Amino acid sequence: MTDAPVTRGATIRVKLPGHLRKLAGVDGEVTLDVTAPATLGSVLRALEERHPVLRGTMRDPMTGRRRAFVRFFACEQDLSHEPPDSPLPDAVVRGAEPFLVVGAMAGG
Amino acid sequence: MSGVRVLVGTRKGAFVLTSDGTRKDWKVDGPHFAGWEVYHLTGSPAEPERLFASQSGGWYGQVVQRSDDGGTTWAPVGNTFTYDGVPGTHQWYDGTPHPWEFARVWHLEPSPTDPDLVYAGVEDAALFRSTDGGTSWDELSGLRKHGSGPAWQPGAGGMCLHTIVLDPRDPARMHVAISAAGVFRTDDAGATWQPTNHGLRSEGIPDPDAEVGHCVHNLARHPSRPDTLFMQKHWDVMRSDDGGDNWADIGGNLPTDFGFPIDVHAHEPDTVYVVPITSDSEHFPPDGRLRVYRSRTGGNEWEPLTDGLPQANCYVNVLRDAMAVDSLDGSGIYFGTTGGQVYVSPDAGDSWSPIVRDLPAVLSVEVQTLP
Repeated sequence: MTDAPVTRGATIRVKLPGHLRKLAGVDGEVTLDVTAPATLGSVLRALEERHPVLRGTMRDPMTGRRRAFVRFFACEQDLSHEPPDSPLPDAVVRGAEPFLVVGAMAGG
Repeated sequence: MSGVRVLVGTRKGAFVLTSDGTRKDWKVDGPHFAGWEVYHLTGSPAEPERLFASQSGGWYGQVVQRSDDGGTTWAPVGNTFTYDGVPGTHQWYDGTPHPWEFARVWHLEPSPTDPDLVYAGVEDAALFRSTDGGTSWDELSGLRKHGSGPAWQPGAGGMCLHTIVLDPRDPARMHVAISAAGVFRTDDAGATWQPTNHGLRSEGIPDPDAEVGHCVHNLARHPSRPDTLFMQKHWDVMRSDDGGDNWADIGGNLPTDFGFPIDVHAHEPDTVYVVPITSDSEHFPPDGRLRVYRSRTGGNEWEPLTDGLPQANCYVNVLRDAMAVDSLDGSGIYFGTTGGQVYVSPDAGDSWSPIVRDLPAVLSVEVQTLP
């Protein structure tokens, strides 16, 4: 990723897949206030703190390892393989673009 | 009038089927947790309105749900299952050591007396206990650490602890079954365990009479005879009359002794039910005829029960947790199939009819007898 870390707090828009929206009992996007710098890890942490039922559904609660069939997208980039301290794209930090939690395309 | 509530877990959600004591007209409620696998859905004998469900899936992992109103509404409870200490390794399919990794909850077993106490059998095989209604879970790690754990191997369905049988006389005593390790018993509430597999013989393992390594599919016990246990093994139907210390083959005249569930009549401790399946690779009934077999002699002598069940072109399976008995007069019997049918017999197996025909593949069936 090329964006430099943003040092101010941020309000992040998060779009969840349908199953997780239902589990968390939310409609539409989740809006999270995240302290700077806003990173992949900090937004996931804030999401799990807001909605504890999501703990374990996106990443292992102990190791933090992403679940295999969960993906993180933003600004048409796949952030899934980025380390947790990766800064989020500036457009996400500014609230112009959402952070997407996506269930991978897989049958079943 | 008394009634029944049948709790059905399927590949794509949970269903609650209710009827009065006649068990003729049914209300079907669901799917709950649509799109998720529900390996098990069961009720607390101590507080029948309290239900627990294991909701899981390949995408988002494990969720445990609890209802306190008989399945009308549900709320997620604790889903953190952390192995005690450094979990170490067990055997992988190729014989190499493989780290213990939590995959899912296969079976939930609520206490008969305490509505907040519930056990969970999980994959990779371990036993967890919650004393707060499912909010938090602690491993009873004496089972995994008793000595043979590193030698356990997964069966084809994964290395799962799928059966928990509580002793009605003594809350500190229980049996569990693991595929493919066998049966283990604790007499001290899970602190220490011993394998109880003497008499089991499995041709698919290097030492057919080994102390551990047997693919036990299911256990059943009648509350009036706590020391008598019935077992459906990968192959073989077995019985123990000494709390699992010794097992004897009771397959008798069954057309095949492969199968998954086994259950006992509610009022007749020597009346046992199995569903013979062709073989370990052909997971469907012999000759395409769906037959429940009943023994009224505690095994060895079995009769086919076919009235109302398909007797041609039937190639479904009945999984280990997909059979249940109610405690009404006559002991209703229920089972679900991988073809999505749930059958009921209100007369102990003499006649059958489908409650529903077209659910997703059925993983588990439990029944609550309501006042």
